[in-house]
Amino acid sequence: MTEKEKRKEAPVRRVVNESGIEIKPLYTAEDVIATGGVDSSRAGEAPFTRGIHPLMYRQRPFTMRQYTGFANAADTNQRFKYLIANGQTGLNVAFDLATQCGYDSDAPEAVGEVGRVGMAVDTLRDFEVAFDGIDLDAITVSLTINGAAAILIAMYLAMAEKRGYDVAKLRGTAQNDILKEFIGRGTWVFPVDPSVKLVADTIEYCAKVAPKYSPVSVCGYHIRESGATPAEEMGYAFAIAKAYTDAALARGLDIDEFAGRLSFNFNIFGNLFEQVAKFRAGRRRWAKIIRDEYGAKNPSSGWLRMIAGGGGFGLTIEQPENNIVRGAYYALIAALGGAQTMALCCYDEAYTIPTPKAQRLSLRTMQLLIEEVGLTDTVDPLGGSYYVETLTNQMEEKIVEAMKWVDDHGGIVKAVAEGVIQGRVSEYAYRRQRALETGALRKVGVNCYNESEEENPNVELHPYDELGAIAQVQSLRLLKAERDNDAVERTLDTLRADANAGRNVMPAVMQAVKAYATVGEMTRALVDVYGYFREPTRLWRKVA
Amino acid sequence: MTERKIKVLLAKPGLDGHDVGAKVVVQALMEAGFDVIYTGLRQTPDAIAKAAAEAKVDVIGLSILSGAHIPLCRRIRELLQEKGLYDKLWIVGGNIPEEDRMVLRQLGFRGVFPTGSRTADIVSFIRENVK
Repeated sequence: MTEKEKRKEAPVRRVVNESGIEIKPLYTAEDVIATGGVDSSRAGEAPFTRGIHPLMYRQRPFTMRQYTGFANAADTNQRFKYLIANGQTGLNVAFDLATQCGYDSDAPEAVGEVGRVGMAVDTLRDFEVAFDGIDLDAITVSLTINGAAAILIAMYLAMAEKRGYDVAKLRGTAQNDILKEFIGRGTWVFPVDPSVKLVADTIEYCAKVAPKYSPVSVCGYHIRESGATPAEEMGYAFAIAKAYTDAALARGLDIDEFAGRLSFNFNIFGNLFEQVAKFRAGRRRWAKIIRDEYGAKNPSSGWLRMIAGGGGFGLTIEQPENNIVRGAYYALIAALGGAQTMALCCYDEAYTIPTPKAQRLSLRTMQLLIEEVGLTDTVDPLGGSYYVETLTNQMEEKIVEAMKWVDDHGGIVKAVAEGVIQGRVSEYAYRRQRALETGALRKVGVNCYNESEEENPNVELHPYDELGAIAQVQSLRLLKAERDNDAVERTLDTLRADANAGRNVMPAVMQAVKAYATVGEMTRALVDVYGYFREPTRLWRKVA
Repeated sequence: MTERKIKVLLAKPGLDGHDVGAKVVVQALMEAGFDVIYTGLRQTPDAIAKAAAEAKVDVIGLSILSGAHIPLCRRIRELLQEKGLYDKLWIVGGNIPEEDRMVLRQLGFRGVFPTGSRTADIVSFIRENVK
């Protein structure tokens, strides 16, 4: 047999996408029909497969919101202004680990961490400095905070109020998705039940006081990073969103009072078509859940409003410049998927928190999509593709399957508290790592094309500012000396009492924040009542 | 007669919540036939040293991705020495820049595994270095 004949005889390579769907070499109209047909609704019409708004980017391009924050509020404020000056249209605040875990900058647990991976926040004063000179009506702010979310949402509202904004009209988002923190990311504080209770407190409080504010952004993102397929990412996120929805309904809220302010955060690395189908299928499924299971009347209650971005797991420490190219493809995925907001991991993030140059490059990547290559001209440009429509139908089934898995394991709250879902996610991460090491999962620069000439890539590392950390502690001490400490004690007592009585703690948190109580003081008051989470680790403990 | 199993404590010190890598390594070490104890997140240096002493492990592994590896390793080293565990194999993994690797080795962490390391390399390093 000649080489040419051999090639003809060779079986066609089998392709199965990450979510477990077998991919055909060619799709036709018959595949679309066989999987359920094309959703005939237009963008802006339920169930929103093609997009939540009728004109999508034609009317308004996606918001660009790079994750930013380091050192102290003043340094971060400068970086915010730099990004805004470079055309960024939203802010996404990174907090240091002490803040995220509810410790003050002078806590023993905070040593070495103050201002390291994000901005240090101790009191309302830090928020006043961080957003100084930034028009909160012109630019929306997203707070990447979870364990301490109730406190930081209160700080944001209090800061805006002090500056004269009408909180009833204030827009913005907090991540505030604690259930996913137990699965991946790990900035939990309280046990699972009171943690969910706090999320419900913020939803209820915002529905009444700040109805334009999005108190929760449910994250499939970190679950995907931690070890889940794209379909599972979305299915688990919906299971979590339903848990918060149920908790809010239990307060007596009407579904239409708050569901429209729930937002989502999804990942963008991986197979382009699979991700686009994931977003289209996810939009359709969430709209159906909110309408059919919760009986929402207002169509916008079922909007899957999302930030789609990041892609951290897809980036590599090897040949880091490749990450610039990956970022461009990932941004394309987010745009084709109809994201409301986009943010990219920077090419240097496997090494360091990003330099201004790397952040600007991510921003320019997104701006290129808007300005140069026509991504904002037409709604859902892949709609009608035999492949994408078929895959959308199949991904919706896979999302439903993932949600069923959660239900079969007692629901998301139980699965998280017992560590069952952490175990599943972790096993997937291990299989993924094995596939990378064996080469079954191809990764350019890692397990193929890895003959890099550049052994030592010249990535500029962001320096950790030890003196800045000391200054933060000093200004905290100064503030504690200046404030009315009796008033602080009184507000903390009220907070403890309200938590104890099972009341919504947000009014008390607001009062404590306005009295310049610290993140650590308020967290400890709540810990006095709720206790700390104890992580289930038995799934990774092998008994001899 | 089977050989005595190598016993490993894998710990996440400090506030860093990135545990994907740690849990992947735990599974790889278990598959390699080691006894593995995983501490979970947010362990203080004291708790780690205490757990290592009590469980009589051969290997103490730390995973740190926040960038705080030098202050944490310095503190944990003091405590491990106090407990007389200087003859155990200490290893550390995570987001560790080139210039810090030598510092960590000098502190006594003989195995340093930056992001991107292969689990197979960690397994063979432990096999070769546990007496």
